[in-house]
Amino acid sequence: MHELGVTFHIMDHVEKVAAENEVSRVCRVTLELGEVSTVIESYLQNCWAWAAKKRPLFNECELTVETLPAITYCEGCEKTYPTVQYGKICPHCGSEQTYLLQGNEFNIKEIEVE
Amino acid sequence: MKDVRIIEIKESVFADNDRQAEALRSSLKEKGVFLLNLMSSPGSGKTTTLTGTIAALKDSLRIGVMEADIDSDVDAKTIAETGAKTVQLHTGGMCHLDAEMTRQGLDALGIDDVDLAILENVGNLVCPAEFDTGAVMNVMILSVPEGHDKPLKYPLMFEVCDAVLINKIDVLPYFDFDMELVKEYIHMRNPKADIFPISAKTGEGMGEWTEWLSRQAAEWKCK
Repeated sequence: MHELGVTFHIMDHVEKVAAENEVSRVCRVTLELGEVSTVIESYLQNCWAWAAKKRPLFNECELTVETLPAITYCEGCEKTYPTVQYGKICPHCGSEQTYLLQGNEFNIKEIEVE
Repeated sequence: MKDVRIIEIKESVFADNDRQAEALRSSLKEKGVFLLNLMSSPGSGKTTTLTGTIAALKDSLRIGVMEADIDSDVDAKTIAETGAKTVQLHTGGMCHLDAEMTRQGLDALGIDDVDLAILENVGNLVCPAEFDTGAVMNVMILSVPEGHDKPLKYPLMFEVCDAVLINKIDVLPYFDFDMELVKEYIHMRNPKADIFPISAKTGEGMGEWTEWLSRQAAEWKCK
C-alpha cells in the first residue's frame, strides 16, 4: 500500500551506500520480499520505474525481487506450516499459539554497481 | 567497459528509519518530552478525541500537536482552537510519516516548552504501522461503526499499539459491535495492549484514558 514511500526509502539507502563506495552507476538492486509483507511486487516495480527516471543514479537500474515464503511456527505441537494457506490457526493441532517464523521480510539484499 | 561489482547490503528497508527513530527517542528522553503517535482510520474521531484529551490535560501538561495529512489544514485549525500549540505537516501524497518527517515536524513545532507532543498520523490502518516514527508510545483509535473485526484485518496496527481507544461507544446500540469480542481479538494480536472504550463526543471513558496518558508521560519524564 505504501510502495512509493518504501521505494524512496530504498533509493535513499542505496544512494548512501553508493556515495560511501564511490559508485557512479547502480545497475541492479536486489530485494528480499516476504510473502506476507505488506508490499505488492507489481506495485513496487511500477513505483520503481517512475522514481528511477527522476534520480540519475538509478536511470538504468533494474529492480530484482526475490520472494521468501511465509512460514508459521506452532508452539502447541512445535510444527511449522505455510502461513498463506492456513493463517493464524495451526492446521496440525488447531492451536492459536502460533507465530510467524519468516515471511514479513523486506530487505535490501545487494546492489550491482559500476 | 567498467567492472561490475556487487555490494552486499543485507539490511531491512526499514533499518535506516528504525535508526533515525531510535535517535529521535533518545533525544526526546533527554528533553523529557513524551511523543505520542496517534493512528486510526479516517473518520474514527481522532481530532475530536484529541480535543477532549487536550481539554482534560492542558492544566497539568504543556501540549503540542502535529497534524499530519496528505493535504489541507482543517484539523490543525480545530486543534488550534483548544489553545494547544499546533503545526500542520503535509506528507505530499505519502500515506504515512517516517522518523525523519517526525523530527522535522518536532523542530517546526518547537518542543522546548512542551511536555506532551502528539502526532496525529495520516488516517490509515496499514502504512503508519510499518514505520517507527520515534514516538514513545503508539495509540490507535478504532470506532464502533468500523466493526469489531478490524484487529483481524489489520493485525500489524494492533501489534504495534500500546493502547487502543474504542471510540463512539455512544452509538453502540445502533451497531452490531461486540465489545467483548473486539477485546479478545485485540489481545490475540497484542496481549499487552490497554483498551479504553470511550466516547469523545459525550466524554464517557475519557477520564481513564487521559489518566493513563498523563501517567505514561510522567513516567517517561522521571524514568
